[in-house]
Amino acid sequence: MSTAAPHALADVTASDSTLRRFLHGLPGVDPVGLEARAASLGTRSIKTTAKAYAIDLAISMVDLTTLEGADTPGKVRSLGAKAVLPDPTDRSTPATAAVCVYPDMVPAAKAAVAGSTVKVASVATAFPAGRAALAVKLADVREAVSAGADEIDMVIDRGAFLAGNYLKVHEEITAVKEACGASARLKVIFETGELSTYDNIRRASWLGMLAGADFIKTSTGKVAVNATPANTLLMLEAVRDFRAQTGVQIGVKPAGGIRTTKDAIKFLVLVNETVGEDWLDNHWFRFGASSLLNDLLMQRQKLATGRYSGPDYVTVD
Amino acid sequence: MASAFEYAPAPESRAIVDIAPSYGLFIDGEFTEAADGKVFKTVSPASEEVLSEVAQAGEADVDRAVQAARRAFEKWSALPGTERAKYLFRIARIIQERSRELAVLETLDNGKPIKETRDADLPLVAAHFFYYAGWADKLDHAGYGANPRPLGVAGQVIPWNFPLLMLAWKIAPALATGNTVVLKPAETTPLSALFFADVCRQAGLPKGVVNILPGYGDTGAALVAHPDVNKVAFTGSTAVGKQIAKTVAGTRKKLTLELGGKGANIVFDDAPIDQAVEGIVNGIFFNQGQVCCAGSRLLVQESIQDELLDSLKRRLSTLRLGDPLDKNTDIGAINSEEQLTRITSLVERGESEGAERWSPACELPTSGYWFAPTLFTNVTQAHTIARDEIFGPVLSVLTFRTPDEAVAKANNTQYGLSAGIWTEKGSRILAVANKLRAGVVWSNTFNKFDPTSPFGGYKESGFGREGGRHGLEAYLDV
Repeated sequence: MSTAAPHALADVTASDSTLRRFLHGLPGVDPVGLEARAASLGTRSIKTTAKAYAIDLAISMVDLTTLEGADTPGKVRSLGAKAVLPDPTDRSTPATAAVCVYPDMVPAAKAAVAGSTVKVASVATAFPAGRAALAVKLADVREAVSAGADEIDMVIDRGAFLAGNYLKVHEEITAVKEACGASARLKVIFETGELSTYDNIRRASWLGMLAGADFIKTSTGKVAVNATPANTLLMLEAVRDFRAQTGVQIGVKPAGGIRTTKDAIKFLVLVNETVGEDWLDNHWFRFGASSLLNDLLMQRQKLATGRYSGPDYVTVD
Repeated sequence: MASAFEYAPAPESRAIVDIAPSYGLFIDGEFTEAADGKVFKTVSPASEEVLSEVAQAGEADVDRAVQAARRAFEKWSALPGTERAKYLFRIARIIQERSRELAVLETLDNGKPIKETRDADLPLVAAHFFYYAGWADKLDHAGYGANPRPLGVAGQVIPWNFPLLMLAWKIAPALATGNTVVLKPAETTPLSALFFADVCRQAGLPKGVVNILPGYGDTGAALVAHPDVNKVAFTGSTAVGKQIAKTVAGTRKKLTLELGGKGANIVFDDAPIDQAVEGIVNGIFFNQGQVCCAGSRLLVQESIQDELLDSLKRRLSTLRLGDPLDKNTDIGAINSEEQLTRITSLVERGESEGAERWSPACELPTSGYWFAPTLFTNVTQAHTIARDEIFGPVLSVLTFRTPDEAVAKANNTQYGLSAGIWTEKGSRILAVANKLRAGVVWSNTFNKFDPTSPFGGYKESGFGREGGRHGLEAYLDV
């Protein structure tokens, strides 16, 4: 796939000034209204069959993640096993969407999920700060892709974005997209907590999509403010509007801070009522969350048995 | 919108409300039958089920209630403000404690979604009592001189769209300032006022301070005309408001009227579009559009008309209409058959005058009174649907090219209750708001209420203010 902006918007990325004009010409975001809408969707009452459906859907959307300095092949292997079969006591439990690891752990992850539907995602591009030369980032990506990563999660250069060097950010994303080649899908992480305003998050979303992102992702999970219902709602509006203008569908991944089934269901309601069922599968929507899965599994067991089992009835990793 | 993610029904339990088969009038702290024994039935608009039978107050009952309020006034007005505040705080707390029960009751009797009674009506009802409780001992500092005096007996007539909230708007400031009250709830929604009577008893409120007289228009007329009523407060239709003004003219009664509206919601081309769409939806579909300050005229700048309408239509397609007791319902039932007929005939008028009607695909329940969310495009100022208050889930979309034109169109109405401005430009908000002849102007939001904020209209939307410090004036001899 070409890394250039979709045809309808090709002129936008012609220069720094056209890009700036376009991004600053996007409709503004009223924070009070945005947060009120996200909160009101959070009051939807999801019970019984709808809850069972939502739990399985959420499990299938989890990118089971370990991003620690202390990661070992053993830890990644056990994560992979869990991704493939999240609940050995109930084999009807769906597999997660992917396991997400650092680039050097891709071979271990690949081996652990071999033969399953579970993808391997890797946070390349000098995750999480992104403070490295482009050549280093690209090398990071290439290593992960050649080791078999199906998906690359890249962080944008927030410094360049905040300084208004949109074209630089754009070029970096297109370069990484190119390094992903035909085989790997690219998730672009904005670190919304560092972009600070909703206007910036909308601009970053469009910038990422114009540059060829397959997914836009809220955050690394490594800062104080990560995915929130409001910033995810805003990004869903962005992918909806982008598809209306270009015909191209982009995925969304909130990451960090989503820990409970209740929260996950609120995000699914946001998807359902903002972009609809076209996005209601793990090709188009993901949860970047590691502790979420266990709560989903416990809630699933509760629905099946009528009793709440507790954390010792699911695996720790 | 059929989706793989269908929400299973999530009905609020009605077991929490114990509705008696019949209710009396609440006079002098007691429930009592009407002198002539008349009763009427109140039904659930969502199912047409009869909920209860309610005594209908006649002239003799009105007289009895006013006498009771007059007797109670002597002691009540003589109480120190801190004492009156104690009762009001107690009422506020009891309302909070019983809010789930009252929300379910209000939804059953009115037809509005439980989401709204639970999240909007009841919190606001409690907030109004808390707010005016706070004023009761500070009247010397309200800006109406030292030791302002109450008026006496307040005769209050309220509508069916926010039965309990309108009761709170009327009763809380009246009691805080030392008046006593005879209140007539609407004939289609008397139940929550009768439950409120029980709240008053629970709070130990002295007898006769609050009297509740369910009935029809003639009950209200008798109350307004009663010679021993010192203050009349009415919320409802402009036609009835005019009659009341005539009745009261030439008497020494003080009067406030809060009547109809045809609010303009003005969307400029630099508006936050997604939030504006939410505001438009909230402006006209909140309580099925049965809101006097509803943003029933959408004035959209011509350059973004298509984009905005596309977004709006898409958004309307996600509204969930149905059982008001289901927590996921966005649009409930129309309050009465009579109101449904009125909406239907105005909408037909809109079509016959050449406006273009649109509604999302929407299945209506087979029993009860329902109307699908509707919008009209190609509307002009000359159309009836751009001028008359429909009081239903019907939005008329008009366009404008310049801010001056927006202001001229927004003000070109016999009403003047509310307006909304959507723009990212702060200076434009201030400039336009200053030119709008409306009692409330919201910017980048709509239908937000707060007890601290005065509410009321210009022109045929009435006079006087409710809420805030201004709301005290209507109940003080100043």
